[in-house]
Amino acid sequence: MAKIQLKSVSKAYGNNKKVIEDMNLEIQDGSFTVLVGPSGCGKSTTLRIIAGLEEVSSGEIWIGDRLVNDVAPGKRGISMVFQNYALYPTMSVRGNIEFGLENMKIPKAERKKMVEEIAEVVDLTEYLDKKPQNLSGGQRQRVALARAMVKKPDVFIFDEPLSNLDAKLRGQMRTELIQLHKRLGTTFIYVTHDQVEAMSMGDEIVILDKGHIMQQAAPMEVYHNPANQFVANFIGTPSMNVLPKSMVEGKTGMITDERISYIGFRPEHADMQMEKLDTSGINLSCEIITMETLGSETLYLVNSDAGQFQVKSFHAPLIDTKKVHVTIPMDKLYYFDTQGNRVFVEEIPFQTPVREARGEVLV
Amino acid sequence: MKTSLPLKVLNVVGLIIMVAIFAMPFIWMISTSLKTLGETMVFPPKWIPDELIWENFVSAWNSGPFLQYFINSVLVSVGILIFQFITVIPAAYAFARYEFRFKNMLFSLVMVTMMIPAQLIFLPVFLNLSDWGLLDTLWGLILPFATSAFGIFMLRQTFKQVPEELLEAARLDNSTDFKIMMKIMVPMAKPTLITLGLFNFITHWNDYFWPLVMTTSEKARTLPVGIAQLRQVDGGVAWNILMAGNVILVIPILIIFFFAQRHIIRAFTYTGVK
Ligand SMILES: Nc1ncnc2c1ncn2[C@@H]1O[C@H](COP(=O)(O)OP(=O)(O)OP(=O)(O)O)[C@@H](O)[C@H]1O
Ligand SMILES: [Mg+2]
Repeated sequence: MAKIQLKSVSKAYGNNKKVIEDMNLEIQDGSFTVLVGPSGCGKSTTLRIIAGLEEVSSGEIWIGDRLVNDVAPGKRGISMVFQNYALYPTMSVRGNIEFGLENMKIPKAERKKMVEEIAEVVDLTEYLDKKPQNLSGGQRQRVALARAMVKKPDVFIFDEPLSNLDAKLRGQMRTELIQLHKRLGTTFIYVTHDQVEAMSMGDEIVILDKGHIMQQAAPMEVYHNPANQFVANFIGTPSMNVLPKSMVEGKTGMITDERISYIGFRPEHADMQMEKLDTSGINLSCEIITMETLGSETLYLVNSDAGQFQVKSFHAPLIDTKKVHVTIPMDKLYYFDTQGNRVFVEEIPFQTPVREARGEVLV
Repeated sequence: MKTSLPLKVLNVVGLIIMVAIFAMPFIWMISTSLKTLGETMVFPPKWIPDELIWENFVSAWNSGPFLQYFINSVLVSVGILIFQFITVIPAAYAFARYEFRFKNMLFSLVMVTMMIPAQLIFLPVFLNLSDWGLLDTLWGLILPFATSAFGIFMLRQTFKQVPEELLEAARLDNSTDFKIMMKIMVPMAKPTLITLGLFNFITHWNDYFWPLVMTTSEKARTLPVGIAQLRQVDGGVAWNILMAGNVILVIPILIIFFFAQRHIIRAFTYTGVK
């Protein structure tokens, strides 16, 4: 078990632009950390740097209290599960699982015992002498997992291990991996570009964009407290609505805080009503453009003076209605500056009209 | 897809012609090897001899130290095979999977050697071997073919197709490069290796030119040279004996083909490592 640290790590392939720039990342011992981000943001590269499959251009990698920059991949105490499983095609399942142990010079009798134990765990006992080609996708995934587990590594790393499985199997494997992590208590680093997977599996999420860490926090923290517009956009389905402040200011009142240039809110925090209500918050009259019913919830795309945005509602769908009123409570608003960074405010940064509205209600 | 009847007929006729072209000399060889000397001369030629003269084989075998030739042939062909695998596999692995200085230049150099005809370099090689005192020895027949540019080229192509992830997985499994090569790459390249091995064996088993110029005595002579000497019987060529010798020469290859047929076909229809 080990904590992992990247200290101002940069990576460029050849003479190209840096894929990762000055990254500082700390992964807690025993955590299930998920790296997530759009395609090409450097998730795999980060993983491969930790595994030692890729050399860094500069910076330090620490696993536990070891500086591992010059340590060979096989000696870092890491097991990796690849997207395409990377099983050795000419070896049997047993051979695949045993290969790492063989290289660790573990005596034959002991190896046999370890392989059989692990096969029991992943439910592969009857397939031990089959070749990987003759297994289903889910079974291959299990072999890959067994091969990783049998070495009893300090750190497991996974590069999109479930993306080749169908939806049902993926859900099942997700649960199994979470349970596995609980049982082993080993550090897991997991790469995905699926934010649902990230939210449901990780106890820590690292969101990457263009080789930079945008935020690192617990799933709920990332959702409720995004550090910037990118994270706000990336996490949550549908993503956060972000409107320029000038579009919102009109009816609600001028914004006093200089730093703010965008205002965001989550679709599920917007309250949609047929009648105009006198609740405090941003009140907008809207027109429904499209509607998607998803069973328990309904997704609307609406148009207002402040622009288009999405509303997620858990009420029965409004089928025949076009004109609606949407209220967004003040305490559900997020503020961003011109760079898209979050602006934290002490109190509601709108001028008097809001207070007046509140006054009216009180009277 | 359905083929029409005339097309089918055409197909079959075409195939028969092809088979005939390839099989005719072979059948002729076997037929001649079983005739009497007189019968080899008759016109029009007979396909099936009146009487099968099996003694021709005995005469051929006894007309020289054929056991010695046979052993020499086996030693040379197998020796070349072993040497080539020892040199070709690591070279192909390095060219396919390593980055090093002058890699492209070195590989071009290897490729260029494929384009130089053997007759051109035989003299310098001959002189070289003569300096080392290896003329008229089995080593002199083996060493010049101890590596193969074509083999390096073929195997490098195959090795290049192995997904990088496999090697990475092996590296994470703490495997040495030698073990990656032997335990992962070589088994995956088995069809290519079998093909190379077969071609190689057949080429050197049948090779006539090199043993002819390199050997001066029976102790290092191989079967093809020995059999060619059957022609030098006084008073014309004993075609029947010569052909019996040739049959003896090709039998081992036929046996190999018979047993390796499945592999050979797979090697040729093989489309790449998955
Ligand atoms: N071997 C390489 N040579 C050159 N550029 C590379 C190499 N590998 C990756 N890159 C570049 O580095 C960037 C990050 O790649 P990386 O594979 O880490 O992305 P990723 O976040 O894993 O994306 P995905 O979700 O698509 O797997 C990409 O722009 C990619 O083009
Ligand atoms: Mg990737």
